[in-house]
Amino acid sequence: MAEKLKIATTSLGGCFGCHMSFLDIDERIIDLFDLVEFDRSPLTDIKHCSEYVDIGLIEGGVCNSENVHTLREFRKSCKVLIAVGACAINGGLPALRNFIPLEECLAESYLTGEGIDNPQIPSDIELPLLLDKVHPIHELVKVDYFLPGCPPSGNAFWRFITDLAAGKTPTLPYDLVHYD
Amino acid sequence: MSENTLTIDGKPVHFKDGDTIMEAAIRAGIYIPHLCHDPELKPQGNCKMCEVKVNGRNCSACTFPAAEGQKVLNNIKELNENRRIIVQMLFVEGNHLCPGCEKSGNCKLQAIAYSVGMMEYRFPLIYPKREMDTSHPDILLDRNRCIFCEMCVRAGREVDGKEVFAISGRGIGNHLIVNSPSGLLKDSLLEVTDKAANVCPVGAIIIKRHGFEVPIGQRIYDKKQIAEVSVATEKVLEEKVHG
Repeated sequence: MAEKLKIATTSLGGCFGCHMSFLDIDERIIDLFDLVEFDRSPLTDIKHCSEYVDIGLIEGGVCNSENVHTLREFRKSCKVLIAVGACAINGGLPALRNFIPLEECLAESYLTGEGIDNPQIPSDIELPLLLDKVHPIHELVKVDYFLPGCPPSGNAFWRFITDLAAGKTPTLPYDLVHYD
Repeated sequence: MSENTLTIDGKPVHFKDGDTIMEAAIRAGIYIPHLCHDPELKPQGNCKMCEVKVNGRNCSACTFPAAEGQKVLNNIKELNENRRIIVQMLFVEGNHLCPGCEKSGNCKLQAIAYSVGMMEYRFPLIYPKREMDTSHPDILLDRNRCIFCEMCVRAGREVDGKEVFAISGRGIGNHLIVNSPSGLLKDSLLEVTDKAANVCPVGAIIIKRHGFEVPIGQRIYDKKQIAEVSVATEKVLEEKVHG
């Protein structure tokens, strides 16, 4: 049997809804493990990508400096990088803050908003710095494929991964393409 | 071939004197993608989605007169690729966040994007700052989603007999304006039964208090492609309006 494909997954500025939807492949996950093994992913808790990964699935847009580092690590390691879900493809709902200056966003959340005790803008060195705007991932790195949806359905994930595992260009039938 | 016949993708299509290519196609049950055409309104050629090749030249099917012997190409790779790029430009030019839009699943922009296989945006997103108008008791105006097709502008003028909407500004400064002393929808003549309030192909003009009556996943274009829906509905309207 051929060597298993290595898959890495991560969520940048996402809600992990795409990861949850991925798990909606249900019992097909047993068949999936015949085809692939998981590398860096919240499902394995492996913290960094191996040197060589076949498929990288990126959920979420790029909101902060850590997202930039993570995305670059994935691009460096992954032969095929897939933007998964609305946020990775167009920034999604987090990009609603793109219309409001960052300073005003932070002030509303941490200084002037309702119910705030001890107002201060968090500045711990451990915290990644927010970017001025939320960006879709194709604005930072080359993306090979796009899997739209909020989230893409389990069937769409299954189709995409099995197509790639079979060495085919992934294609979705009409009823699996949704932007919502 | 009989008089008044052209071909669309090789198929003979009869047309009436005065028809545009779009009108002939609709009557013949052939779908030419469009966002700004409605049989009840005068064609304006705004959206460029209906670009076809007529005897080798690219034209807007909605404004180009049908003529004897024309060889029209419509559903071909080159034109569908152009349409995909136009849709992508419309998506990056506005703020089209489908997961948060009540029109999702009933939206013609989204449906055409699905049908031309748009999986990504290709271009950098602009995220323009656009104003919403929530002032009207029954109708919401969200300029984030406006694609400047002018359907509401023309429906108001030609069908409702009211000048409610207009497009102001140029290029990237284009925006939809409301004809009222305050500039707000609540002070305009727009009513919920007007064609102008119901003709928007996207989610820019939404009737309030009907949100999610039909759940996501069960809407018009969730199961059926826009070609099928459009042919079924517009042929009837076209024959009613132009005979």
